[in-house]
Amino acid sequence: MNKEFVKFDKVDKSYDGKILVVKDLQLDIEEGEFVTMLGPSGSGKTTCLMMLAGFETPTHGEIYLDGRAISSIPPHKRGIGMVFQNYALFPHMTVYENLAFPLRVRKIPKDEADKKIDKALSMVSLQGFADRMPGQLSGGQQQRVAVARSLVFDPQLVLMDEPLGALDKNLRESMQYEIKHIHESIGVTVVYVTHDQSEALTMSNRIAVFNDGKVQQLSSPDELYEKPVNSFVAEFIGENNTFAGEVSDISGGKCKVKVANTEILANPISVKGKGEKTKISLRPERALINPSDKMDNIHSGKIEEVIYHGDHTRVRINLLGNDQFILKVPNSSANMDIKLGKDIKIGWNSDDARALDPK
Amino acid sequence: MSSETNQILTTDGIPLEVSLKKAERRNKIKAFLLVAPLLLFLIITYVFPIGDMLMRSVDDKMVTEMLPKTFKAMEKWDGKELPEEEVFAAFHEDFIKLVKEKREGKLSTQLNYTKNGFKSIIKKLRRKSKSFEEGNYKEQIMAVHKRWADVEYWKAIKRRAPAITGQKYLKGMDMYKNESGEIVSVEEDRRIHRILWLRTLEIAFFVTLFCFLMAYPIAHLLATLPMKYSNLLMICVLLPFWTSLLVRTASWMILLQQQGVVNDFFVWIGLVADNARPEMMYNKTGTYVAMTQILLPFMVLPLYSVMKTISPSLMRAGKSLGGTPIVAFWKVYFPLTIPGIGAGCLLCFILAIGYYITPALVGGASGTLISNQIAFHMKSTLDWSFASAMGLMLLAGVLAIYWVYNKLVGIDNIKLG
Repeated sequence: MNKEFVKFDKVDKSYDGKILVVKDLQLDIEEGEFVTMLGPSGSGKTTCLMMLAGFETPTHGEIYLDGRAISSIPPHKRGIGMVFQNYALFPHMTVYENLAFPLRVRKIPKDEADKKIDKALSMVSLQGFADRMPGQLSGGQQQRVAVARSLVFDPQLVLMDEPLGALDKNLRESMQYEIKHIHESIGVTVVYVTHDQSEALTMSNRIAVFNDGKVQQLSSPDELYEKPVNSFVAEFIGENNTFAGEVSDISGGKCKVKVANTEILANPISVKGKGEKTKISLRPERALINPSDKMDNIHSGKIEEVIYHGDHTRVRINLLGNDQFILKVPNSSANMDIKLGKDIKIGWNSDDARALDPK
Repeated sequence: MSSETNQILTTDGIPLEVSLKKAERRNKIKAFLLVAPLLLFLIITYVFPIGDMLMRSVDDKMVTEMLPKTFKAMEKWDGKELPEEEVFAAFHEDFIKLVKEKREGKLSTQLNYTKNGFKSIIKKLRRKSKSFEEGNYKEQIMAVHKRWADVEYWKAIKRRAPAITGQKYLKGMDMYKNESGEIVSVEEDRRIHRILWLRTLEIAFFVTLFCFLMAYPIAHLLATLPMKYSNLLMICVLLPFWTSLLVRTASWMILLQQQGVVNDFFVWIGLVADNARPEMMYNKTGTYVAMTQILLPFMVLPLYSVMKTISPSLMRAGKSLGGTPIVAFWKVYFPLTIPGIGAGCLLCFILAIGYYITPALVGGASGTLISNQIAFHMKSTLDWSFASAMGLMLLAGVLAIYWVYNKLVGIDNIKLG
C-alpha cells in the first residue's frame, strides 16, 4: 500500500492575498484509507478538498496524487470522484444518464457501461431506479445516486464534501454506515469533509482536525478522543471539562497544577516547566462520583443541575471554581441519592487529566 | 350504519359538506372580487378593442345598407347575363334615395374599390337620372353609359352584397378575389405586403438571434459574478431599459448617421475613406442595431433568472466526472438554461415582430416592418378595416408562434423569473 497516496506538501492557500485560509499544510493519506477532514466552518477543510479536486489552485506548495504532482492538471483529467454537498445531480437527466455521464465522456462502450451502472446502482441498493429523474427521488435516494455516480467510473480516490448535511438525523446515521460499508467493500480511498464530529468518529480510519488553516491533529478516532494533543481538539471533539491553572511542580511524568487554591495532579502533555499557564482537559465519563481511594485526585463540589437522559443522568457541578463541570452518571439504583444542592465527592486518575496549552 | 358515518354534521346540525362548500364559496367570491378590477380593465382595454378590430376588419355593411333593394332583387339573378328589369328598378329606387341623401359619392368610392370605372358612370347616372321616366329602367340606365350595359359591372355590385368580407385579409397577403370568385395573387410588382411580412419575420428572427448571442454571456456573468460587481452590471443592463424608447432610438440616429459618431470613428481609424462612409441607417442595418440594443434586456432578464438558479456545483460535478469544460457546459449547463432561452427568445421575437417606432425612425424604406404599414393605413389612408385586418393577422401569427413553441418545448418550460 502506498503510504503517500495523497500528499499535501507545504500547501498554502490565500484568496485575497492577505489572509491564509490554509497554512503550510502537510498531510499524507494512505491508499485505501478513509480520512475525514473535520473542523468548524472557515477552518480551511473545504478549501483543501477543492484544491485536491482541482477547483482551486494552491497559492504555494504542491499536491501529489499517487506520486504525480497535480496542481497543473485540470479537474476533468484528475479522475477523482466527487460527492457534493447538495448532491449536484444533473436535474435534466435520469438516474441512468447521470451515472452514464462519466462513462460516456470516457468513451466506454455501452454494454460495458451498462454493467458498471448496474453494479454501482446495486451497491447503493437502487436497482430499478435507473429511469427516474432526480427530482422524483427522496433526499436519501439522491444522495445514494450521487455516491454511485462518484464511484461508477472506478476512481482511485473519492472526495465527499459534507454529503450528508442536508439529510435528517436518522437517515444521516444510516447513510454513514452505508458509505462506510461501501468503502470497506471496494477499498477506494476516501477523503471526507464534515463539521459533524460524530459523523467523523463513526466513519473514519483517521481524522484530520482543522482549525485556523492548520491540521491540529491527525489520528484515529479513539486516539483523537482519548488523547487530544491541544485544547482546541479536546474541546472540539466530544464533551470536555476544563480547569485553567498554573503548573507548580513537574516531575516523574506528572505535574501539579494550581487551580483555585488547590492543586490538581495532571498528565503533562504540552507543559514543560514550572510557572507555565495550562488548561487541564478531563472527559466527563472519566470523573466518578463515590471515588475509590486509589484515585489520585479527589475533590468535592456542589450539584448545580441534574438532567435526566434516560440511560444516564447529566450532573452539573460547581467544582474548584468551575461551575460548568459535567458528570455523566449511569442510572443505576446505587446512584439515586444525587440531589440538587448536595455536596458530592468526585475523583479521577491523573493520567486522564491532560494538561494542555492554555489557549 | 354506513350513511350515518358518511354524513358528518357540524354543531349546528348542518351537514359538514354543505357548510364547507358555503365557507369556500365565500372565499371564492372574495377572491373573485379582488381580481375583478383587473378583469374588467382587461375586458375594456383588451378584449373589447380586439373584438372591435375583428368586426371592423371583416365589416362590409356600407354598400349592403346603401343598396338594400338592389341586393334583394339580385338574389334571384344567376350572374351570367345582364340582370332583369326588376334589378334595374330596385337599383334605381336605391340610387334616387342616395342622391336625395347626397350619399351617392360614397357609393361610387366603395364600388370603385371593387372595380375601377364606377366613379364616372355613377356621376353620369346622377345627372341623367333626373330626367328618367317611370318604367323600363333597364333601357334608360343602360343608355347612360356603355359600362352600365356591361355585365361585369353588375357582377361587381353583386360581389358587395354580403355584409361580411374577407377581402381585407386577402389584400394583406397581396391576394384578391377576381371576377369569377377565385383567389389570386396580385401582379408581382405590386406585392408589397408579402415582402413586408417576410422582412418582419426575418428581422425579428435575426434580432432575436443577435440578442441571444449577446445576452447569454452577459446573463452568465451576472449570475456568477460576486454581488457587488453583478449589481453594477445589472444596472448597466437596466439603465437603457429605464431610458425612453424614443431617446434611445434618437441616440442611435446620432451614432449611426453618415456624419455620425460611428462613421467619424471609422474614418478616423482609417477603416473607411471619408468619401465612402457606409450607410448604417435608414436601412436594415439600422433596424438590426437599434432593435437588438433595445430588446436586449428582455433576453438578459429571463436568462439571468434561470441561470441564477443553476447551482455552480453542477458544472463542477460535470468536470470532476471527467467532462472537459466544453462538454460540461454543453451537456449540463446549457440544457438547464433552455427554459430561459425559450422565454427570452419568445419574448424578443414577439416584441420584435410588432415593433414600430424604432424601424419607423431608423429603418428607412428597406427597414420598415409590417407594423409601420399598419400605422400608415391607420393614419394616412384611413383604411381602418385594412389596418385591423393586418393587426389581427399579426396577432394570429404571434399566437401561432406561441402554439408551435408550446408543441416543441412546452409552455410550462418557460421561466420569466
